[in-house]
Amino acid sequence: MNEGASTVTTQPDVSKVPAPRSAEPTAKGNTGSGSRRARRRGLGVLFWCSAAWLGLVVLGAIVAPLLPIADPAAQDYRSVAVAPGSPGHLLGTDGLGRDLLARAVFGARISLIITLGAVTIGLVVGGTLGMLAGYFRGTAERVIVAATDAMMAVPALVLLLALMATLGSSVQNLIVGLGLLGVPAFVRLTRANTLVYTKREFIVAARSLGASNWRILAREIVPNILPAVAAYAFLVVGILIIAEGSLSFLGVGVPPPASSWGMMIAEGRDSLRQAPWVSFIPSAFMFLTVLSFNLIGDRFREESDVRETTI
Amino acid sequence: MTTTAHTGGRRTAQTDVDPILVIDDWKTWFSTDSGAVRAVDGVSLRLQPGRTLGLVGESGSGKTVLARSILGLLPTRNRLNPGGSIFFDGVSIGNLSKRKMRDYWGKDLAMVFQNPMTSLNPVVTVGRQLTEVLKLHLGMSRSAARDRSVELLRSVGIPEPARRIHDYPHQLSGGMRQRVTIAIALAANPRLLLADEPTTALDVTVQAQILDLLDSQQEQRRMTMILVTHDLGVVAGRTDQIAVMYGGKIVESAPTRELFHNTRMPYTQALMLSVPNLTSPSHSRLFTIPGRPPVLTNPGPGCRFSPRCPYAQERCLVEEPPLVAADRPDHEYACWYPVGTPQGAEALERNFSNGVTASGTSMSSMSKLEA
Repeated sequence: MNEGASTVTTQPDVSKVPAPRSAEPTAKGNTGSGSRRARRRGLGVLFWCSAAWLGLVVLGAIVAPLLPIADPAAQDYRSVAVAPGSPGHLLGTDGLGRDLLARAVFGARISLIITLGAVTIGLVVGGTLGMLAGYFRGTAERVIVAATDAMMAVPALVLLLALMATLGSSVQNLIVGLGLLGVPAFVRLTRANTLVYTKREFIVAARSLGASNWRILAREIVPNILPAVAAYAFLVVGILIIAEGSLSFLGVGVPPPASSWGMMIAEGRDSLRQAPWVSFIPSAFMFLTVLSFNLIGDRFREESDVRETTI
Repeated sequence: MTTTAHTGGRRTAQTDVDPILVIDDWKTWFSTDSGAVRAVDGVSLRLQPGRTLGLVGESGSGKTVLARSILGLLPTRNRLNPGGSIFFDGVSIGNLSKRKMRDYWGKDLAMVFQNPMTSLNPVVTVGRQLTEVLKLHLGMSRSAARDRSVELLRSVGIPEPARRIHDYPHQLSGGMRQRVTIAIALAANPRLLLADEPTTALDVTVQAQILDLLDSQQEQRRMTMILVTHDLGVVAGRTDQIAVMYGGKIVESAPTRELFHNTRMPYTQALMLSVPNLTSPSHSRLFTIPGRPPVLTNPGPGCRFSPRCPYAQERCLVEEPPLVAADRPDHEYACWYPVGTPQGAEALERNFSNGVTASGTSMSSMSKLEA
């Protein structure tokens, strides 16, 4: 009965969001080419569709235990590998008879915790190092830049596999590992931005009023580089979701019985011929989520660029 | 009150009070690939409290570098330290570290920058940029700082200050922005304000307003001020004393009125002739100084202005004139053939009859000097 209720509440949202997305580009192209002004004023339908989907996923992930959906670990032997749309299993079940909707929602939880945690680490650590490098220059900068370049030269997946193999795979280790992966990119971005703003006259003006280095960093530079960094963080979330998926697919991701999207895709690979939806459903979740993060990130980036030019 | 700037007649009363700013043979050199650039090369100045000094010179004369040297705002990298000293209120601040200078910044020394478009943080509201200074220096609480900000904005002539404090800099016009930067600079009641070309980036129509504002604020606060500019018209009515810089050196220094009435240095005279005159017929060609400012890496032996000077003689090319007070104690100039003296007139006449100066500059564009 619970499942029936869930069908009613969630189905319209899930199916409604992707549909307008495919029709979007033409509509936006028409209005967008018409006038730049109109485009600048609003964020665009595409943005709001992405935001709605992300909102849904995040909300679903937060309140997952309260949702009227099946237990993601419960196996229903009477309906093994049933196709989406079956009664009681809106998105079908996998080879063990587990409800795919429930697993996708709980998978979102793990995937989001890991990627958001990792991005936070990347942003805080990378952002701080980048700002210090760009502001103080000198030896500190040389060391930080060299370390960053070295990290970027190591293949990401190999680094992660090595980390997981030595540390063992757990949610915490995944967060730290993926977070480390995001650090170099944030270092480069914040350093480049800090270099630009440190040369600006309002920094000299602030100094001439007696502001200390830390005050200048916190009050003058951070507010200026934040839009660009935040926009980039959205793009990085997209990349990390894929990275986490790849790790799980390779078997060094989240330990079972917890589910993540990458793990669900991996579980379906043996039955791709007979039950393609087992892999396809989590893939679709991942695809839409990553796409949404990218679209929103791009939009924010454009916004922060526009603001920069009009000032 | 303290100063009657428009007359400029009040003599620099050297015996009255101790000068607040004393600069002795100050040099700021930068090391570059092509040698040391002598941006400021032996400048000496003294400034009494409550007075306004005009620091005048064209681009590259070293006036901005000198102003920033006083504040200690120059990058330490690539900087040579060939000597000289700057005393503020009796304390040597010329070579203090940035950490030590922070005790002076804002409270004692403050600066208004040339371009209000770039000297305000674009993503922070005007109010927060003001309260920041108040909280830092005066230890004010949030609400007290807010009230004081509104008051400060009102005092610099910003309408509806209580609403403007929520604005971002890009929402204000250039003139309003410069008023804001002045309010910020004045927030902690500095004793010496340096205004580095405060009106250069502004519309002509608001330039006078900003200068009047600086003038009135200076009088109310009994503040000392250095007005850096390339425009003699700007400093004419608003300073007590003017120092003209050329090639990193002061070439003439005198009380304002004296400088305008008894100009001695040909460079000062050329600057004055370059100011457009309302009474001259329209479409008349403006006077320009031939040539370019000197390269500051390897100054030759002679006077640095000699290649462009209509008075230049052989002696100017080989021997550098010292800065001396020849006629009266408060009027110093560095010239062998000063304007308005028999030697100068003779030199000019000789150059006109030769058609060229001793350095080979044609006299054809100098006809304005003959009158």
